[in-house]
Amino acid sequence: MGKPMKIRAAVKDGMTEVKILMQHDMETGLRKDADGSLIPAWFITEVKAEYDGRVVLDAQFGQSISKNPYLMFSFKGGSAGEKVKISWVDNKGDSRSDEVTISA
Amino acid sequence: MNTNQIFKAVMVLALSGSLTAVAEEKAVTDSQRIEQYREMISDGNPAEFDEMRGEELWKTAGGPKNASLEKCDLGKGKGVVKGAYAEMPRYFKDTKKVQDLESRLLTCMTTLQGIPEEQITAKPFASDKKESDISSLTTYVVGQSKGMKMKVSTKHPKVKEAYEIGKRIFNYRAGPYDFACSTCHATSGVRIRMQDLPNMRSSKKDAQTAYTGWPAYRVSQGLTRSFQWRLNDCFRQQRFPEPKYASEATIALTTFLAVNANGAEYVGPGLKR
Repeated sequence: MGKPMKIRAAVKDGMTEVKILMQHDMETGLRKDADGSLIPAWFITEVKAEYDGRVVLDAQFGQSISKNPYLMFSFKGGSAGEKVKISWVDNKGDSRSDEVTISA
Repeated sequence: MNTNQIFKAVMVLALSGSLTAVAEEKAVTDSQRIEQYREMISDGNPAEFDEMRGEELWKTAGGPKNASLEKCDLGKGKGVVKGAYAEMPRYFKDTKKVQDLESRLLTCMTTLQGIPEEQITAKPFASDKKESDISSLTTYVVGQSKGMKMKVSTKHPKVKEAYEIGKRIFNYRAGPYDFACSTCHATSGVRIRMQDLPNMRSSKKDAQTAYTGWPAYRVSQGLTRSFQWRLNDCFRQQRFPEPKYASEATIALTTFLAVNANGAEYVGPGLKR
């Protein structure tokens, strides 16, 4: 199971802005360690955001995304007190899901 | 006006228009772009994860004595973390020394938790492979001074002395390049690669901005770096020998820089490229 995310979500003028900070090494698979052997690729492949039972964001991530990725997006709708669920899956099959309550 | 003249007029208009556009583009300097970038990602500073780790370590019993650090006195009383960093370095009666945050944490970890000093100072900075407990603790403690005004007192003669020593170190030229901190940090309007270099000798504002943004998360390294790490890296760039962890020299230099930052709001842990 992956390490916890930090998520903030706030609604303003009918738009909910979500800010996600994920904890992940995001190894490209191209780096070498001190012995010269390749560090195997290990990165998030998919990030999903769900609100009210529907997917509001579905993103495909790759090696070019930095370590500890930060992602911000907005979607139409949402109201204070409701929940947004964020989940990611990485190339090793590990995953993480966290929920946040939308603030006003 | 014949067709040719009209064509010329239109061309002149078009050209002047594009020239203004170029001028406006230039007006946004590289350092402003870096500033924009910092603002964009300031909401998502991964240093927060290191703060969380540090808080956990602070509250969890550990070491041979199986004690937590909640009895550690950072100068504002046992276990008081809030605002402690904004008043450090300071003089501590129990150790009879001026200590910065990192050397004070070292004292607490050795005395309260009974962890041997060599064990902590062997690898005091985080790396790709291994996190550092003392470094995470530092991140946690500085985060508890966020938004507070820097207020390092020089009333105690030992602190005053450390300040003066720090000032000498700042201006001390040595090494194969005959470098001092002041070689790069005592002139306004200069830069190294894309980064503006703060003038820490004569610009109060520069000295404040530079100090209050550290410790910081380095995006290029993916790690949160402590203040002594920052100083050590400066010494490395000067081709000086690497200072010992929690050495008197780095404490003195930290005192000099912290006092110069007095009055500014502490904004760390920061975020650097």
